[in-house]
Amino acid sequence: MRMTGSRSRRLKSLARRWALAGLCLALAPCAHAAVLAPFEVAGDAIPQSLTGDKGDPARGRAIVVDRQKGLCLLCHSGPFAEQRFQGDIAPSLEGAGSRWSEGQLRLRLVDAPRLNRDTSMPSYYRIDGLNRVAPAFKGKPVLEAQQIEDVVAFLASLRETPTAQEKP
Amino acid sequence: MRAQWILPACVMLLAANSARAEIPLHERKSGAEFMSPQTQAMQADDVSNPGMLAALDGEAFWKQKAGAANKACADCHGPAEESMKGVSARYPAFNASASKPIDVQGQVNQCRSERQQAAPFRFESRELLALTTYIGLQSRGMPVSPPDDERLTLFRERGKALFNQRLGQLNFSCAHCHEDNWGRKLGSAPIPQAHANSYPIYRLEWQDVGSLQRRLRNCMTGVRAEAYSYGSPEFIELELFLAARARGMSVETPGVRP
Ligand code: HEC
Ligand code: HEC
Ligand code: HEC
Repeated sequence: MRMTGSRSRRLKSLARRWALAGLCLALAPCAHAAVLAPFEVAGDAIPQSLTGDKGDPARGRAIVVDRQKGLCLLCHSGPFAEQRFQGDIAPSLEGAGSRWSEGQLRLRLVDAPRLNRDTSMPSYYRIDGLNRVAPAFKGKPVLEAQQIEDVVAFLASLRETPTAQEKP
Repeated sequence: MRAQWILPACVMLLAANSARAEIPLHERKSGAEFMSPQTQAMQADDVSNPGMLAALDGEAFWKQKAGAANKACADCHGPAEESMKGVSARYPAFNASASKPIDVQGQVNQCRSERQQAAPFRFESRELLALTTYIGLQSRGMPVSPPDDERLTLFRERGKALFNQRLGQLNFSCAHCHEDNWGRKLGSAPIPQAHANSYPIYRLEWQDVGSLQRRLRNCMTGVRAEAYSYGSPEFIELELFLAARARGMSVETPGVRP
């Protein structure tokens, strides 16, 4: 299923071409300049990298523990001994890389409600179909494509420890 | 709550974000129950509860003449201990002259402009918070008792739909946090059930008294949503729904919160 069609790719290259000239202001609404990279969903995964490249797990970890950027620890806990406050709304991120493939992790970050309509896991790479987004965040995904790839690379590196594997 | 089955289908569709279970009566908990024992003790003791200072201020404003009418609230209403008893437990209520529901702060400002003929108080002003805290205190210990007024039904149902609607860049509904995840931790903060039985509150983080609407605006900006404006119809609708959810719980104004 192709999620963003040729229209948004056209917009994207337009945006790239005009952005430097500052013409984005003239292209109302400006927010649309932040067009998402196109991606394809296959089953419960997005197999291809959003940027075409592999992410950097170290940068990914920094995003995950950052309470303004990733916000992950508001809801999740995980193997982050230095982080005092971790949420317990969602399953621990420990071993996420053993449970899911990179493609599955990518879709869970990009738009988790596609898998579970009622989930409270935010869509990190989506700008449409949202309601009353505050002006400072309008037209922007929570994370950029590169950041998504960094987080995917980090999550994929989180392997189940032997004790955790024994759990049912 | 049972009345939901006889609501018009369109309202049901709006509200039916998901078939999520409401909090059963026997599991309802006031926000104070999620606080540390120290903060609970601070709320429980009138000498250490900073909200009581606002109530004292409110008592002074209650007796102060104001406006072109040169009348004090007390000139028309007498002692608040009698005339205001139970008012905050009942509000928001349908206001016939405005032909819409209003909350206590809306009613205070209506008296302010129409009866005292003075400029209405600004939202979150010291005067408005003091008067609403003082009025709220007169209901302390009484059960939250929203009126069975048919004219409120549609507004309350709209409030319910707003409560269940996803908001902001993080795409969360009020219910995601307050019905699906109450008792769990959001970072360091325990998520309460969102009962509005203690407002206005003194919040340690604000180092000040604040209204229910200020609290709700905080929740909205937390999910990166554009908050409704103070006094907006959406807030009154949400307040009506919150009052219905808290029916029977004790009024605890002035609450203290971390
Ligand atoms: C507001 C709460 C919230 C935030 C913030 C959040 N998640 Fe989640 N996440 C959830 C919930 C709830 C689930 C459980 C799955 C479901 O509901 O479908 C989940 C599921 C997941 C899963 C799959 C679960 C598994 O079995 O391992 C991964 C991976 C994940 N989240 C990663 C992240 C990352 C990385 C971030 C930050 C970039 C993040 N989440 C931020 C709530 C959240
Ligand atoms: C992301 C989770 C989240 C969302 C979404 C959220 N809230 Fe809250 N809310 C909280 C937390 C956490 C607190 C307690 C904060 C504290 O006391 O420090 C709170 C407090 C409250 C309180 C005060 C309860 C008390 O006892 O003082 C009310 C009422 C409330 N929320 C209503 C709402 C409404 C209405 C919405 C939707 C417009 C909403 N919340 C959305 C997390 C959330
Ligand atoms: C000139 C007389 C007058 C003054 C002064 C006045 N009010 Fe009122 N007030 C009324 C009347 C009459 C009503 C009921 C009718 C209505 O809805 O306006 C009322 C209703 C109220 C109610 C709702 C009570 C209920 O049982 O529903 C509140 C609360 C209230 N006033 C607060 C105040 C406050 C606070 C002040 C001072 C800032 C004030 N009033 C000043 C005449 C007055």
